[in-house]
Amino acid sequence: MFSGAFARDLHPGIPVRYDLRIMPKTLFQKIWDRHVAGVMPDGTTLLYIDRHLIHEVTSPQAFEGLRLSGRKVRRPELTIATMDHNVPTDDRSVIKDPISKAQIEALENYCREFGVTLYGLGHARQGIVHIIGPELGLTLPGTTIVCGDSHTSTHGAFGTLAFGIGTSEVEHVLATQTLRQSTPGTFKVEYTGTLRPGVTAKDMILKLIGMIGTAGGTGSVLEYTGAAVRALSMEERMTICNMSIEGGARAGMIAPDDTTFEYISRDKRPFAPQGEALDKAIAFWKTLPSDAGAAYDRELTIDVNQLAPQITWGTSPGMVADVTARVPDPDGVPGYNRTDVEKALDYMGLTPGTPLTDLAVDTVFIGSCTNGRIEDLRRAAIVFAGRAVAKGVRVLVVPGSEQVRKQAEGEGLDKVFKRAGCEWRFAGCSMCLGMNPDQLKPQQRCASTSNRNFEGRQGKGGRTHLVSPEMAAAAAIAGHFVDFRTWK
Amino acid sequence: MQPFVKERGIVATLDRANVDTDQIIPKQFLKSIRRTGFGEALFIDWKRRPDGTPDPDFALNQPRFKDARILVARNNFGCGSSREHAVWAVVQAGFRTVIAPRKTTANGEVPAFADIFANNCVKNGLLTIELTEREVDQLFAVVAATPGLEATVDLAAQTITLHAATPVVIRFEIDPVRKDHLLRGLDDIAMTLDYEPQISAFEKTHDAQMPR
Ligand code: SF4
Repeated sequence: MFSGAFARDLHPGIPVRYDLRIMPKTLFQKIWDRHVAGVMPDGTTLLYIDRHLIHEVTSPQAFEGLRLSGRKVRRPELTIATMDHNVPTDDRSVIKDPISKAQIEALENYCREFGVTLYGLGHARQGIVHIIGPELGLTLPGTTIVCGDSHTSTHGAFGTLAFGIGTSEVEHVLATQTLRQSTPGTFKVEYTGTLRPGVTAKDMILKLIGMIGTAGGTGSVLEYTGAAVRALSMEERMTICNMSIEGGARAGMIAPDDTTFEYISRDKRPFAPQGEALDKAIAFWKTLPSDAGAAYDRELTIDVNQLAPQITWGTSPGMVADVTARVPDPDGVPGYNRTDVEKALDYMGLTPGTPLTDLAVDTVFIGSCTNGRIEDLRRAAIVFAGRAVAKGVRVLVVPGSEQVRKQAEGEGLDKVFKRAGCEWRFAGCSMCLGMNPDQLKPQQRCASTSNRNFEGRQGKGGRTHLVSPEMAAAAAIAGHFVDFRTWK
Repeated sequence: MQPFVKERGIVATLDRANVDTDQIIPKQFLKSIRRTGFGEALFIDWKRRPDGTPDPDFALNQPRFKDARILVARNNFGCGSSREHAVWAVVQAGFRTVIAPRKTTANGEVPAFADIFANNCVKNGLLTIELTEREVDQLFAVVAATPGLEATVDLAAQTITLHAATPVVIRFEIDPVRKDHLLRGLDDIAMTLDYEPQISAFEKTHDAQMPR
């Protein structure tokens, strides 16, 4: 429906039901309307894609498809590749697993064959696809970004319409620079109030997922608004948008503001506009925030004044509670039935009634596209400074990109981590999904700053508790979970 | 792509909600650069015990579900990652249809299938059918009572017929765009490339206007 008015501008023959240009629009609608390249006979929209990010796991089959049908990449200059899921984060000189190696080589070969820029292993810009996009200035307000990865929602923090796609759609974008889409719904989440010390963006998003459930956002684009969101840094905003998919939404967005413009202007980002072009861009970006009175399909308000650090206890991101809570009774979890909760508690090795702060951890993972940015590492480093990791606890600190690693080392954070007893690694997805050798062993309990606590996600039989970087670092030192607000 | 018109086959049930893509196909299989060979890996961590032997307690290991073509599960099937490998695994294990219920929550109804997963299904000729929780409960009950139960899924008519002692017919709704795609087994890319002149025209104006 929203495409109607804009489609008329492009294709005078298409009838228009309403002139929506005079109606207030949401951030999402403004971006969507600008990217309608056509309306298909079946009513779907041909949505133009400004940037296509690819990585080694979900693209080889797409390139193979192109090759088999004799097609080309339509705009290789709008396509950027990296390697993240499957790369080793310790010794980079050899990839021991021949299948991983073949996959990495396949991406190298396809990028060469189709003329796509690759930030591969050993490149100073290599890193998790959702971390390097913003770093490189590829992620810009008002644009559309897709990637064969569900956490593409991360880029929405810039006021970008960004979402994950499957391999067939990757092939479609490579060949046509468009996607066929039906219009999603809009869902406004307003965070009011002020975060208390020790409570973070991670807790804001985990709280939301606990409230709406892991399917609550299905079919919608979330827009995060409110004073508590405006107060966040870009890194924190990315943490929130990143986990939109855990709430079932395909995309999450935050309207761009001075914080956004400052981030993009900083550090000479190679793909971002510079100088006069940047000023012009900022003037345009300022028109993007939702108009007063714009209508959403759904709205929800969360007051963060009383928000506590969150911790997941189960095998779905919606199985989450305040750190002060106890392991729930199988019947006491809204949105989940008894058998789901029993299965989760059994897998997690938990007994109802146990305080969450009594749970001992043997592994701590700090990293991922949720919390692997420089600010996350700084905040973890403050906790580790002058302290030591508890006996028997293994701590992996994995920067989200090689740029983050360099920056952290420049600030001496690596020394803080190593002195405390953590392992300091090269950039990659690492234990977020354990495709490389960084995995949990069966029944190991992990405090993780990543985004998914599914069965086996971090290693077969491994038990994941999702928390903020502060909470993970404190658990590493105490040997069990603590309420970071009152700890020491 | 193979069109989906009318399919008859054995119905298997998997009594789990929020079946995520990590479960459907665990990460170690994502290293493959091929589009085939995923059928055996479907639900592998549930199918096998830690020592590698088949777990007789896992629903789909039951002999009566051998060669099943229709899978019935609980709500929010396919949540998690965008990996299309999950759909390839379901299809290559022989399934042509997955059925799950919409769920009514305090916040209204939530869909049976995760977004990206459902999209990926269409591209691979796998039909996803959303029913009410009551209808799915009924399916579970009929399957439990009728070993080897077969059903016919007729996409054109939008019906599922359970070939039980007393046949049961369940009507389902489906997005007309998806229905058309599946019925005709369309190649999306070829269709979109027919609009090449429009894409080019759009691109010209867009490139000039959009800072990127
Ligand atoms: S860090 Fe984890 S969630 Fe993010 S892209 Fe990598 S595997 Fe996916």
